[in-house]
Amino acid sequence: MSACKDEDPRINRIKTSIRVVPNFPKPGIMFQDITTLLLDPQTFKDTVDLFVERYKGKNISVVAGIEARGFIFGPPIALAIGAKFVPLRKPKKLPGEVISEDYTLEYGRDCLQMHVGAVETGERALVVDDLVATGGTLCAAINLLKRAGAHVVECACVIELPDLKGRERLKGKPLYVLVESH
Amino acid sequence: MFAVENGLKGDPRLEAISRAIRVVPHFPKPGIMFQDITTLLLDHMAFKDTVDIFVDRYRDMGISVVAGVEARGFVFGPSIALAIGAKFVPLRKPRKLPGEVISEEYELEYGVDCLQMHVGAVHPGERAIVIDDLVATGGTLSAAIKLLEHAGAEVVECGCVIGLPEAKGQRRLNGKPLYILVGPRDVDDCY
Repeated sequence: MSACKDEDPRINRIKTSIRVVPNFPKPGIMFQDITTLLLDPQTFKDTVDLFVERYKGKNISVVAGIEARGFIFGPPIALAIGAKFVPLRKPKKLPGEVISEDYTLEYGRDCLQMHVGAVETGERALVVDDLVATGGTLCAAINLLKRAGAHVVECACVIELPDLKGRERLKGKPLYVLVESH
Repeated sequence: MFAVENGLKGDPRLEAISRAIRVVPHFPKPGIMFQDITTLLLDHMAFKDTVDIFVDRYRDMGISVVAGVEARGFVFGPSIALAIGAKFVPLRKPRKLPGEVISEEYELEYGVDCLQMHVGAVHPGERAIVIDDLVATGGTLSAAIKLLEHAGAEVVECGCVIGLPEAKGQRRLNGKPLYILVGPRDVDDCY
């Protein structure tokens, strides 16, 4: 579901603070650039607050963030709701023993990793990233957490590209986003 | 340079932060004792204390820019920025930032790397800090300082959770002060 655009005045400011960069990283892609959102302290705060308001008091003990832009939004949420932050990273970045999950890209494959022992069985977890497109990365993240015994409560992203139908690829897990971009 | 010399002597939070850091021997290559902050992030109170110590230091210094170095600087920088009312500016490896960028090369042990910042992220005269998880030789932080200075900002200080011996004795980097919470752990401390 999306935050109700008509009711919350913060949503429109968040949407307009995101810069669209055409043809990045390749022709035809309209890249949703959140760095401009981060330049406005009030808007960045509003973004985090909207997630914190939703998840505080829901007994969530894990916020997992996807490298690298999930590292920007995840930790402030984790700190505000009293959860641990777990970075999910590309291969060979995490120094300790890891579990890995492969996933498919438009062309080729990639891999997401999580430290063994970061998450305990039964913990309630969120997955946070800046944007959901096809849902491939979020799906890999969900799988990692499930394999470690956590219960993924929801995926949370600032932006959704609904035309790419990522919402349907989240293994039945709910998705919460602040803005949609068509 | 170290927080303990800068008014935080005996602060119990620093010991808890240090103990929460894990040492992974021989990563990414033999001989390197890697200081792993992911275990600090699993300890909510220690993570919160880490951010709070930086926030307490920087909140009244008129800082309008917190620049964080990809990727572990992204874990600490934004929370500091939010608490002090500053913008967060990510400094990234090449080809990650989508808009027009300025670049600064820096030396690695073997070879060269490059850090980039978006044009327009920072305005002349803004007061900035640079945040990263760890400082070793200072090469990356040096490049970060140069990027901010090219954009006309004044770098007030660099803040890092961990400072390695290579950084020791260097109270300053490019003439900029360095503020460090803890030194490296030995693997023997961990068990």
